[in-house]
Amino acid sequence: MLELTQVTKLYHEGQPNQVAAVSEVDLCLQMGAVTVLEGPSGSGKTSLLTLIGCLARPTSGRVALHGEALSGLPEQHLAQVRRSTFGFAFQRFNLITGLSVRDNVMLPAYPLGLPYAELVARADDVMAQLNIGHRAAFKVELLSGGEMQRTAIARALINNPAIVIADEPTANLDAALTTQFLDIVASLKASGKTIVMSSHDPRITRAQVVDRVVTMADGHIVSAA
Amino acid sequence: MQHWFNRQRYLIDYTVAAMARQRGKNLGLWLIYTTLIFVLASVILLGSALRREAAQVFQGSPDVVAQGLRMGRHEMSHAANIEKLQALRGAPRVEGRLWGYLYDTSSGANYTLQVPSPHEPQYALADGEAIIGEGVARLRKVNVGRSIYLVSPAGPFLNLKVKAILPEATALVSSDLVLVSDADFRRFFQLGADEFTDIAVFVRNPKEVTKVAEKVTIALRQHRVITKADVLRTYEAVFSWREGLLLALLSGAVLAFGILAFDKASGLSAQEKRDIGILKAIGWDTGDIVRMKLWEAMLVSLTAFLAGFALAYAHVFFFSAPLLEAVLKGWSTLYPRVALTPSIDGVQIATLGLLTVLPYLAAIVVPVWRSASADPDAVMR
Repeated sequence: MLELTQVTKLYHEGQPNQVAAVSEVDLCLQMGAVTVLEGPSGSGKTSLLTLIGCLARPTSGRVALHGEALSGLPEQHLAQVRRSTFGFAFQRFNLITGLSVRDNVMLPAYPLGLPYAELVARADDVMAQLNIGHRAAFKVELLSGGEMQRTAIARALINNPAIVIADEPTANLDAALTTQFLDIVASLKASGKTIVMSSHDPRITRAQVVDRVVTMADGHIVSAA
Repeated sequence: MQHWFNRQRYLIDYTVAAMARQRGKNLGLWLIYTTLIFVLASVILLGSALRREAAQVFQGSPDVVAQGLRMGRHEMSHAANIEKLQALRGAPRVEGRLWGYLYDTSSGANYTLQVPSPHEPQYALADGEAIIGEGVARLRKVNVGRSIYLVSPAGPFLNLKVKAILPEATALVSSDLVLVSDADFRRFFQLGADEFTDIAVFVRNPKEVTKVAEKVTIALRQHRVITKADVLRTYEAVFSWREGLLLALLSGAVLAFGILAFDKASGLSAQEKRDIGILKAIGWDTGDIVRMKLWEAMLVSLTAFLAGFALAYAHVFFFSAPLLEAVLKGWSTLYPRVALTPSIDGVQIATLGLLTVLPYLAAIVVPVWRSASADPDAVMR
């Protein structure tokens, strides 16, 4: 279980332009479920996702995984948690240009120091699952939007994380690719992964595969159905 | 251990790929870096080699030299003084030397005219014969068997047949030398039969040189006494001064490079910051990112250092440093053609490395560490 207790995230703290992106949020995410954070732009969805995925530390409050507080961990341990527990797919994919699809997918596993053959096998396996294997040697900047997204998801999955986080995953996709993405979510859910997404796309929030929709406004949770 | 090696290998793979994305910028920096190392290493290697060569060439020179003085200025010494010194114990060989300078207006060069020691039969000369340095031969375009004319400011001139040309190995101190017979020298400079430029004293036991020099000082009150060590120190000082002057002039280039490197290294581009944020977000820790950038800095600085140093080594020892000849080697217009003995001083390499590679590594790593130690979200924003 991933639990957030009275979590607040301030940007530009102490300055005239201080913003409370997330304010006193309490949230409990069940493992193995698909949760969607919805709300208008600026409601704090992405900020909350970064707190859940340990990409940022809360200004106050507590983020805990299976009862263990993550927010106070030293940087090196937090990096280990990010590497082993979370897989992050960004809204703009955030692939490293100039590298091939396979190299991008392998990046999160580099710090593990696995033998190269094993590393490639892992990458090829997740690329095959996401039907991107035929583009393995392509530079990522040559891919279509859907292929970039599948590459980003493959990269998020290579370390076999328990929790996959996706920020606005369908913002840059058409209807067909959105359906394809939901199929991927369904297969990940079936394999026991916990999925947390942010979206204001009704095709996502109303999808059958989604277990829970959390609505945010002005940094607060206003409903958690 | 294998795990560690694999990890470093992947970091290097990533580094090379990341550098290839900005290959023009990185290649330009590498070329500037290599050129700087080449110039600095050339100056250091040449200065050091010249000092070493001078020390070797002077091995056979007198241990003590006494020069006559009058009102603090050099004056000729006399045969009676040689007789005084021949009585010194520990100095088996004392001889008067004849040497002087001649400015040759036709070539604009200074020659050193000298009478060879009678103890060096290989340089024995009959009247009308000369042995000349390689610089003189080159400047006057003469070979063995040809004639060379020297005109004294006082009027007399010498028509000398070139008997031999001194070897290039000694060119550092013999390039401008013209060896002539005793009689020719005295006639040319209009000297009396008992006059000598100075007196050379050879000491049997090297440990007694200082003691003998003291005795010479006491015996010849109107003379300045110079030991071989003093002469070597003077040569070292001359080459060190020239080297230092050149390094001082180059310090501007070093500073410019430092600013360029710091600007390139510390001014992380938006793309580089974004990449660091992404790498942290997908599970790299601060150490991985700093190590990756350290590999990048090492690839640039070490390869540039090695390439620059290798080029400098070839420039100095295989091509006799043509680019620095005028500054470091020259006497007047006679630049000696010295085949320098190749050698490398570990301390020099370490010093050059410390002064060039370490600051570059620091300029790369410090700003990266500052970026990489922040939260991934903060870096990406």
